[in-house]
Amino acid sequence: MDAIQMSLLEQVAGLHEVPEGAYNIRANGQKAARNTTAHIDIVTKPDKDGIDIIIQPGTRNESVHIPVVLSQSGLHETVYNDFFIGEDCDVTIVAGCGIHNCGVQDAEHSGIHTFHVGKNSRVRYVERHYGEGDGEGANIMNPTTVVEMDEGSYMEMETTQIKGVDSTVRTTRAKLGAGATLIIKEKVMTHGHQLAKSDFTVDLDGEGCHTNVISRSVARGSSKQVFLARINGNAACYGHSECDAIIMDQGVVSAIPEVTANCLDAQLIHEAAIGKIAGEQLIKLMTLGLTEKEAEEQIVNGFLK
Amino acid sequence: MLELQHIDFDVAQDGEEKGILHDVNLTIRERFVAITGPNGGGKSTLAKLIAGILTPSQGRILFDGEDITDLNVTERARKGISFAFQQPVRFKGLTVKDLITLASGRNIGVPEACAYLSEVGLCAKDYIDREVDASLSGGELKRIEIATIMARSTSLSVFDEPEAGIDLWSFSNLIQVFEHLHEKINGSILIISHQERILNIADRIIVLSAGRVVNDGPRKDVLPTLLGGAPNVCSALSDKVR
Repeated sequence: MDAIQMSLLEQVAGLHEVPEGAYNIRANGQKAARNTTAHIDIVTKPDKDGIDIIIQPGTRNESVHIPVVLSQSGLHETVYNDFFIGEDCDVTIVAGCGIHNCGVQDAEHSGIHTFHVGKNSRVRYVERHYGEGDGEGANIMNPTTVVEMDEGSYMEMETTQIKGVDSTVRTTRAKLGAGATLIIKEKVMTHGHQLAKSDFTVDLDGEGCHTNVISRSVARGSSKQVFLARINGNAACYGHSECDAIIMDQGVVSAIPEVTANCLDAQLIHEAAIGKIAGEQLIKLMTLGLTEKEAEEQIVNGFLK
Repeated sequence: MLELQHIDFDVAQDGEEKGILHDVNLTIRERFVAITGPNGGGKSTLAKLIAGILTPSQGRILFDGEDITDLNVTERARKGISFAFQQPVRFKGLTVKDLITLASGRNIGVPEACAYLSEVGLCAKDYIDREVDASLSGGELKRIEIATIMARSTSLSVFDEPEAGIDLWSFSNLIQVFEHLHEKINGSILIISHQERILNIADRIIVLSAGRVVNDGPRKDVLPTLLGGAPNVCSALSDKVR
């Protein structure tokens, strides 16, 4: 991999060198590196672009990194990655996509990730999206995440898109079994003329399952964001979604809740707060000696931390 | 040293100019000065004028001999004026440590940030990583606000009614913090308060009523008039300090 790709890798996966544990690094549509462990296998799909990640039952305290980097303008790819996580696992999965586009053509990566989370397993899934490059071409990412959670399983999904992605439509669909918990934390910052749309659908099918979908976002410049949280309570369950957004300049944010209780014992809550930075917050930090611009940066950084 | 010279502050109300402060002249050089007086008398307005959050309609403000009337909030803060809000501001995402670090103006470590929290009676390890958001109570926020003022350690610290919005039990604990505050802060403390226990530790008390200074002098002279019910102070205040 070249220096640009290494720098992208650091942005999306926090990797300075080859990670420990299992990994699969994809650069410009090709496999750049792969490692498997005694408990985690990674297999190239025979029929389409992508990989299967197979985590054996009982695998604990292990991690899988599957970053993707693109530095070739005009490259469009759709990749299917399927995770099969056995029972009683406790693993961390780090995915992410970095695009460096210096050309005039668009560069696009669509990752379709499917998770089968086994009974009583815990998964932490971290996904970062980052774009850069001074070309005319747009950086486009359309990730789809499909999650199927067995009884008593727990998944925490953290997605971050802070910079440089011109257009993104993030689709997440999840089905939860009895006693399963899904926590989704999304952080988005858009600028320029960017568009970011998040579309979450969570089916709370099992007795006693629980989801919390939390979005914190900042829309600057003339960017636009749409947050759609669709939660279906199909059993005695608890669902909560929350959109907290700061708008700056001419930024626009829409929060669209759709909570449906199909069961008498389903408890569903949606909260949304959208507004500019409160004047008193700026003044407070200015009384500590910060300029208005420095105060604004601190507030935004803290908000998205 | 802070000097207020012929300060007027007017606001437009129903199309008419309404005077909030009228020809206020004060020179503050003592270590601990309390400003008291009835609600609506202009105390908080005066504090905001000193911090630069408001600009006077007339008059000049001098700080250590320099005219700061036209300086903004940031510039005054950098000159050495600190301001503690009556209603401390909440921030989603900023932690107590972030705020204390910003206040100190340098990259302080956890032990130093914790030391400031301990000074204001908070168990540092429980608070240092907490967000300064709605999960904190009014009393906790007040203490954190005071910790940020300590971390700044400027030559003038202005507190706008630290007792407002907290229960009496929390306040009686807080008073001990103020009793030792001037030892921690190297400079003058200007505090707006209705509380007798705060007035009791002031070197000097200024009474502001209907936008004018109606009494001003050492504590031993002014406090008895307040407790006895001075003619220019409304009964609401007399009740508060009695």
